[in-house]
Amino acid sequence: MTIRMMLAASVAFACLGGTAFADTSSKKIALSNNYAGNSWRQAMLTSWDKITKEAVSKGVVAAADPFTTAENQATEQAAQIQNMILQGYDAIVINAASPTALNGAIKEACDAGITVVSFDGIVTEPCAWRIAVDFKAMGESQIDYLAKKLPKGGNLLEIRGLAGVSVDDEIHAGIEAGVKKNPQFKVVGSVNGDWAQDVAQRAVAGVLPSLPEVAAVVTQGGDGYGAAQAFAAAKRPTPTIVMGNREDELVWWKSQKDKNGYETMSVSIAPGVSTLAFWVAQQILDGKEVKKDLVVPFLRIDQDNLEANLKNTQKGGVANVEYSLEDAQKVITAK
Amino acid sequence: MKLSSGTIRLIIPAASLALLLAAVFYMQPRAMSYTGLNLLFNLAVPIALATIAQMLIMSVNDLDLSMGTFVSFCACVAATVLQNSPLLGVLIFIGAIAAYAGMGVLIHVRELPSIVVTLGMSFVWGGLAVLLLPSPGGTAPSWARAIMTAKPPLVPMAIVASILIAAVTHYIVMRSSFGVLMRGTGGNDRSVERAGWSVIGIRAATYALAGLFAILAGIALVGLTTSADANIALRYTLLSIAGVILGGGEFVGGKVSPIGAVIGALTLTLAGSFLSFMRISPDWQIGAQGAILIVVLALRLALNRLEKREKHQ
Repeated sequence: MTIRMMLAASVAFACLGGTAFADTSSKKIALSNNYAGNSWRQAMLTSWDKITKEAVSKGVVAAADPFTTAENQATEQAAQIQNMILQGYDAIVINAASPTALNGAIKEACDAGITVVSFDGIVTEPCAWRIAVDFKAMGESQIDYLAKKLPKGGNLLEIRGLAGVSVDDEIHAGIEAGVKKNPQFKVVGSVNGDWAQDVAQRAVAGVLPSLPEVAAVVTQGGDGYGAAQAFAAAKRPTPTIVMGNREDELVWWKSQKDKNGYETMSVSIAPGVSTLAFWVAQQILDGKEVKKDLVVPFLRIDQDNLEANLKNTQKGGVANVEYSLEDAQKVITAK
Repeated sequence: MKLSSGTIRLIIPAASLALLLAAVFYMQPRAMSYTGLNLLFNLAVPIALATIAQMLIMSVNDLDLSMGTFVSFCACVAATVLQNSPLLGVLIFIGAIAAYAGMGVLIHVRELPSIVVTLGMSFVWGGLAVLLLPSPGGTAPSWARAIMTAKPPLVPMAIVASILIAAVTHYIVMRSSFGVLMRGTGGNDRSVERAGWSVIGIRAATYALAGLFAILAGIALVGLTTSADANIALRYTLLSIAGVILGGGEFVGGKVSPIGAVIGALTLTLAGSFLSFMRISPDWQIGAQGAILIVVLALRLALNRLEKREKHQ
């Protein structure tokens, strides 16, 4: 309902703005997605469907078709992009399997006069637009929060993501920078949780016996619940575990909060960022001047807005926000 | 006129390719152009090269499960070392070919199952690729980029390259004496040995040649993508095996067809585009791809029956 209102408002806004919609009503936008196998990606596709269907029915654009490759492979996605060029799309919105391996195909698309906007999994090809999350700041914000909550500091356990993926490197770099700034914290252990609760639980359970008392666990999302389970199974006191906006994590946090006033925070990128990319592509097609690198804020949940966010999160899903044309324009004009 | 089974063996993959191509042209007339054909097929070139490499290994009754990681490794070498210091890059590639030959020798001497050895090697190649390129990046050598994006008159590069690959490997495998020995080793290595040939040498040479084609696949891939990533070609392991089988090859007996293998690789690539143009939801796409494979293989089964009948006559 709120989305519909937001959209109506944005339509009204755009009409006031003048020609915003007139020029893109015949344009076709495609979403090239490399993976759909987890709750985050499912939420991303649902958000895309919801927002773009509205936009198509209102005549903002002629079509906004989502495509997902059957397997999460860069070569397959490159072929998918080349097919989109043949199908005559005016803009391609991409969540890329690799930041570099699609560059050849993206160059072909740009040469064919197609607007390419990448988000989440961004691409390095200079002719494409990038909507990136400041993952480093996301890592740093966790330590900043902990520094406020635990002024005396203590031992940290770091759960990292999938090795060799740039997102993992960036969040880790942010956490490292935060620890350097707050020397009262010390990382005593680091495991790879692959952004999955079961993997994280196994990894944490394996390393726990060798660790001294842990004051807090810094995470990358999708691993906080597993870590909590591992601590409980080892009968160790539950440290402050930073969560990653997943529904199971929020539910666990809520139950702990009700039981003993457990405090933490939760941070991740909202899957609805796909809709932001859609509006940015629409704005570029509309002839707006948009700089090539845009930054999207991450979605943070705190003690006081936990219930509200949990209510809006689907079972097994991820806390989400969808973006409107107005939000996109704000991101575009932001410095 | 009665067609021989060998010709029919080639007709089925060719006919399936033509049928798919006709369907794609019907759905997307834009594809029926110079750029369209190039876009449809240029990613098939590295797959075709990898399929040829796999076919060589299969011609001596082995199977290479490290093809995908090896091509990824080669792509990483091409995008980093070969670009920065070409001499060292070439040396690494020569070393890789030697490693392939060594693998062939090891498999032969110790009578190890090739799938186990190559599966083990796949972790080695994967690890080396990550060491070389811990996060995606690198730059394609400009000559590789120039070759892969060349625009020859009349016929797009992807088609020219496919025909060239098919012609060269057809000569090596079907016409040269080395090719006969190789296929003979796959058919009956003991008789080849009794005839005085060194089967170990033949196997080593076959593996080395396969390594060379896999390296070419890696370079061609980087030429298309402009940069590499340690996981870039993982799919090639299964794609290359499917390509060989689709093109009329067999797992055992030294029965392979280089022209068929190239056609098989093109068909697999086209099948992906076809399903995407059909707007089949991704949940069904893997299944649909499988269905195409099964249909072609069912035709093959009928063909095998025909062949048997021919022999009985």
